[in-house]
Amino acid sequence: MTEPGSKFRKKRLDRGIKARADTIFAVASWREILYLLLPRALPAGFLLLLPLFLDGYWEKVLVYACMFGLLALSWDFLASCGLFSLGQSLFFGLGAYLAGGLNYYLHWPPVVTLPVATIGGGLICSALLSPVMRLRGVYFAMVTLMLPILFMKGIEATGLLGGTHGLSALSPLVHDKVSAYLAVLGFLVCLFAFRRVINSDYGLVLMAIRDDDRAVMSGGINIYWRKSQALFIAGSVGAFAGALMTHHYQFVGKSVFALDYSILPVAAVALGGQGSFAGAALGAMILVPLSEALRALGGLRIAIYCSILILSILTLPEGVFHYMERKYQQFETKVEVR
Amino acid sequence: MAAQGPILEVRRLSKNFGGVRAVHEVSFTLRRGEFLGVIGPNGSGKTTLVNLITGFVKPSSGSVFFKGAEITGKAPYKIAGLGLARTFQMVRLFYNLPAYKNVIIPLCSPRVKRLRGGKYGEKDDAAIDILDDMGFERDSFVPYKPAGSLPHGYLKRLDLARALALRPELLILDELFSGMSMSEVASTLPIIERLNQEGLTIVMIEHRLKELFRVVDRVLVLNFGMKIAEGTPSEVMESDAVKSAYLGIEVDVEAQAG
Repeated sequence: MTEPGSKFRKKRLDRGIKARADTIFAVASWREILYLLLPRALPAGFLLLLPLFLDGYWEKVLVYACMFGLLALSWDFLASCGLFSLGQSLFFGLGAYLAGGLNYYLHWPPVVTLPVATIGGGLICSALLSPVMRLRGVYFAMVTLMLPILFMKGIEATGLLGGTHGLSALSPLVHDKVSAYLAVLGFLVCLFAFRRVINSDYGLVLMAIRDDDRAVMSGGINIYWRKSQALFIAGSVGAFAGALMTHHYQFVGKSVFALDYSILPVAAVALGGQGSFAGAALGAMILVPLSEALRALGGLRIAIYCSILILSILTLPEGVFHYMERKYQQFETKVEVR
Repeated sequence: MAAQGPILEVRRLSKNFGGVRAVHEVSFTLRRGEFLGVIGPNGSGKTTLVNLITGFVKPSSGSVFFKGAEITGKAPYKIAGLGLARTFQMVRLFYNLPAYKNVIIPLCSPRVKRLRGGKYGEKDDAAIDILDDMGFERDSFVPYKPAGSLPHGYLKRLDLARALALRPELLILDELFSGMSMSEVASTLPIIERLNQEGLTIVMIEHRLKELFRVVDRVLVLNFGMKIAEGTPSEVMESDAVKSAYLGIEVDVEAQAG
């Protein structure tokens, strides 16, 4: 019986399997195996099958979504150790120009340029940003925002690396299906690897640096070395996306340093939810196809796109992924407040 | 432990924040295995002295030697890696992590790897062992609870556990007992005493003089950033400079310190 005017609150309970242990899953039945496996296997399997059914335009959209997914994952990884980047296009552009330049001037095949651009891009990123690693929050963000602009204007003004025209007629990746699968595989590997790393002791130290760097230093850990490692990893992921894009479009131009590649990954993370990587991935997978689907609307496209983004952040500030995860992992019941 | 020279030597260490002399020309030496207390009224420069020694603040002048090697102005993680651990007056913990995960962070340091013969080993178990020693019962839920949900006394001991995880040779405790209840102090003090008896050199900054004087070998008194007295607890309490600093009797402090 409830009295009139009494208030209710939601009471949340973890489903049994989650509560059993923090680190060890004692899996007892098929039901529980599926409970754990399906949320991971279903989206992964879906993405892996997708390139078989898509052609032409929508295949390009898939590759594009994976690119943004990689940039969003890279952003989330940096954010997990307290480095807030507004310059994802720096990572993206460095990878794109490394692959493009090596292919255009030295005629190296994509089999070589992709790994070289990935590793080289990561190294250059950590070298460029090492001097500003000591900066926190908005100061670090400002520097990362400036660097891609510096590169873009430098290429524009000096005419190096093709100047404003860019480098065209680069080697393609054998077949469009190959680049689609490289994008999807790279995206999935990065997603699951990041989720694993952040739950290891290595990830624990990274997150501790975000929470309190002085406490980590007093534990005898060189936080600057750890941060430059994180920069290398995040830079490599972004550079891989850029290199893949270069060969997919067989072109690289100064637009790879554009603000879109810096801001949209942040928007994807804001939509999907920060800190879990799955949120960043999901955000990118929603945002990119959505923006393409809205093309039919013509002029109002960007306005509607922005409205959807604002609404989702207002209604689900925790992020779409965290909302879904909560619904999946927990029972909710209404309890009367006395 | 064989006594081979002082473990810590501080020479004419000074720090000015603008016009404020936070620490002024402080010198002292510390033997291996010694238990030194540092006392002084609020704002007398005790915490700044700790920050100067551990590298969190760069000194304006003077030098610090640890195990015979100069560490003045070195990065905090390097100094910690040499075996000089500290706790914080305002505990700096990772509140959303389980308590034992807090202790894992120093266990990930190169120093611990080196001391364990190039292997990190099972860090979770090692962390639980250290916490059990600090009174976090192994078989209870306490080590697994988020640090933020623990009472203040536990947080202070968790900070201590984290410093000990580094296997330090010198431990600096910055007001470990502040905010602790009488019973929490009573249960923590024996742990500190035992650590010292096992050979750990300890510098303890404290406002609770009664507890401090019971355990320390020697006391250093600071006022307005200057060392005004040094000696055994009873010697220090007889000093006029100390009486004036604590009780406000007019005494020429400069002359006493000189």
